Amino acid sequence: MSEVIVVTSGKGGVGKTTVTANIGCGLAMLGYKVVLIDADTGLRNLDVVLGMENRIVFDLTDVIEEKCRLRQALIKDRRIEELFLLPTAQTKDKSAVTAKDMQDVCGQLREHFDYVIIDSPAGIEQGFQSAVAGAEKAIVVTAAEVAAVRDADRVVGLLDSLAEIRDPKLIINRLRVHMVQRGDMMSLEDMHDILGLELLGVIPDDESVVVATNRGEPVVTSENSISGRAFKNIVRRMLGESVPLMNLDHREGVFNRLRKIIGLG
Amino acid sequence: MLDFLARLLGRECPGSKNVAKERLRLVLVHDRADVSPQLLQLLKNDMVEVISKYIEIDEKGLDVTLERDDNQVALVANIPVKKMKRVAGNLA
Ligand SMILES: Nc1ncnc2c1ncn2[C@@H]1O[C@H](COP(=O)(O)OP(=O)(O)O)[C@@H](O)[C@H]1O
Ligand SMILES: [Mg+2]
Repeated sequence: MSEVIVVTSGKGGVGKTTVTANIGCGLAMLGYKVVLIDADTGLRNLDVVLGMENRIVFDLTDVIEEKCRLRQALIKDRRIEELFLLPTAQTKDKSAVTAKDMQDVCGQLREHFDYVIIDSPAGIEQGFQSAVAGAEKAIVVTAAEVAAVRDADRVVGLLDSLAEIRDPKLIINRLRVHMVQRGDMMSLEDMHDILGLELLGVIPDDESVVVATNRGEPVVTSENSISGRAFKNIVRRMLGESVPLMNLDHREGVFNRLRKIIGLG
Repeated sequence: MLDFLARLLGRECPGSKNVAKERLRLVLVHDRADVSPQLLQLLKNDMVEVISKYIEIDEKGLDVTLERDDNQVALVANIPVKKMKRVAGNLA
């Protein structure tokens, strides 16, 4: 039984590529066969986030133009067994991949993999429409900010009308815990109230994500970061486990003790 | 003293998140229904014109909004009435 999942957001820069790479690695680390498709033709990133940028020979558009076989365009991860990337072209534009192309490619890949995960481009135009065409499930990534949530809501509507994806799951990325605490950032409850989507998880804003991306080794592969643990929890929830949300608040200082003493903690 | 501490430690939310949430709620209702606040204003003007033929209303108290529950959007109008008019002429 395989799943084809698109990771999308509407707004750019909220963490689609980061999420795709990390849940892909996380699932493969547990032994599932995973292929990640970069659908951001012309602005590809998934290859660098995964540290595979020097190994691309063929890409998705070569497969579509029948310059190579699908198998030849897949790059195998060096550290994690069963993790593969299907990169896209950097020097073509979104029109190089149609909705029909994505349906064909996803249809073939799902025969061989447990998870096919698609990194969607920002926007809601043709690139996005192709990216969602082959998927049956979706993860919507957003940040706890007005513009990002508004775009996410728009995308939720389009997932329904374009791809008949009815119950996308939500990931809130780059949450700044101290801002939530002082009332300057919407909390998980607020976001759930507004979007009404099932919450798959929350990733804090964490420098380790940037460090990991610098190295080309997704943060979920590291042992000790808080964002890495958040991604591991998300993976377990995707597998059907019920994992409570992590306590992101690590300020066990004077303030918290005071809060408890006067009954706010 | 306790009050002051509570505020300092963030029980009351004086922050900007409530503003964000309210603005989002409103903008999403309009996005989802594909009706802009501007369009609603035009509708409101027309409603006043039509209704005023029959009923004397308090234009200042007029409130026309879109409201959403789950998957349905409703146009809700709250129209304070001052008095009924003799309408025979208008109906002719
Ligand atoms: N949880 C996080 N904490 C800190 N930085 C993050 C986090 N998630 C993403 N980033 C950074 O934000 C930027 C945009 O992320 P990316 O995944 O490329 O977004 P998108 O694919 O949606 O455009 C990148 O520089 C990435 O390293
Ligand atoms: Mg991206």
